Amino acid sequence: MDDVKVIEIKKSIFEDNDRDADELRAELKRKGVYLLNLMSSPGSGKTTTLIQTINKIKGRIRVAVMEADIDGDVDAVKIKDATGIPSIQLHTGGMCHLDAEMTRQGLDNMPMDDVDLVILENVGNLVCPAEFDTGAVRNAMILSVPEGHDKPLKYPLMFSICDVVVINKIDVLPYFDFDMKRCEEYVHMRNPHAKIIPICARTGEGVDALADWLIEEVNNWKNQ
Amino acid sequence: MHELGIVFYIIRDVKKAALENGVEHVRAVVMNIGEVSTVVPDYLTDCWRWAADKEDMLRGCDLRCNIIPARTVCHSCNEEYPTVRFGRKCPHCGSDDTVLLCGNEVEIKEIEV
Ligand SMILES: Nc1nc2c(ncn2[C@@H]2O[C@H](COP(=O)(O)OP(=O)(O)OP(=O)(O)O)[C@@H](O)[C@H]2O)c(=O)[nH]1
Ligand SMILES: [Mg+2]
Ligand SMILES: [Zn+2]
Repeated sequence: MDDVKVIEIKKSIFEDNDRDADELRAELKRKGVYLLNLMSSPGSGKTTTLIQTINKIKGRIRVAVMEADIDGDVDAVKIKDATGIPSIQLHTGGMCHLDAEMTRQGLDNMPMDDVDLVILENVGNLVCPAEFDTGAVRNAMILSVPEGHDKPLKYPLMFSICDVVVINKIDVLPYFDFDMKRCEEYVHMRNPHAKIIPICARTGEGVDALADWLIEEVNNWKNQ
Repeated sequence: MHELGIVFYIIRDVKKAALENGVEHVRAVVMNIGEVSTVVPDYLTDCWRWAADKEDMLRGCDLRCNIIPARTVCHSCNEEYPTVRFGRKCPHCGSDDTVLLCGNEVEIKEIEV
């Protein structure tokens, strides 16, 4: 019988990704490009919110979008048709999230010299994307009213890494037992600094606050 | 889906470590998986079997999981307690000001060659 040799490794599987993400952020800083990572459950309104927001800011800053999905390209096409800005589709090859390496590959296909802001619509999922730093400057998520106000309790990691929590579909508040005050409380339990922006992406109500926050963020990133 | 993604990262790191050590075939990979890491060990080993057998270096290679118990410390009373049983609220003093000490690991501990 031949001997078994044990080689000690002791390495977190997130280690390489965390390093890639930091490198990507440093590079974005040098280029003066702001990357926002937008996450949510499937169907909470990421694409609709993006269309509304982009149409408000595209005259003030240069925006592009990367849509990440497991398959298909409907969202990239929808964004391009509704806003006219550059939008590309990334496929994750079956993976439930995007990592820093995949994000970089996506950015390599972007006109990086001609944009100020790239928004990444991550795969619809509240678990996996939270564990993988994409290299984005900030993380934002959308929680929609029908999902319920208790989500920050059930998906603590996602809420703890997000700088902004957009609460979408406030037009349907009368039909659900969603408690806005409790939701804000739960979000702040996970991240006391999180900014909460209630909107209705269908009508555009509240979207100005999101647009203004983004513009300010992008300007700070470029000038500091 | 999550576990399959993680398997791809394990394969990448194990292949890298094997090459660095001049190893041609790996017999087993031992993981440290925290109780609250969100990784389900059974799914992970299922995904591993499917993906590892596609790699020459890892054909037939087993994946074993050590489960690391999750422990939390309370900043109000400095006591420690098991996370899975009590969650975020300290069972000693009722405070919410608690921090996870361990149990979040998804780590390659060692490989057997
Ligand atoms: N009532 C209401 N419906 C909305 C609102 N925003 C989006 N929707 C609807 O919700 C559905 C999903 O919206 P999308 O924008 O495609 O959501 P998404 O998060 O991009 O979805 P995936 O990319 O598939 O995860 C669509 O039918 C939208 O019309 C809103 O503010 N109010
Ligand atoms: Mg979408
Ligand atoms: Zn205590």
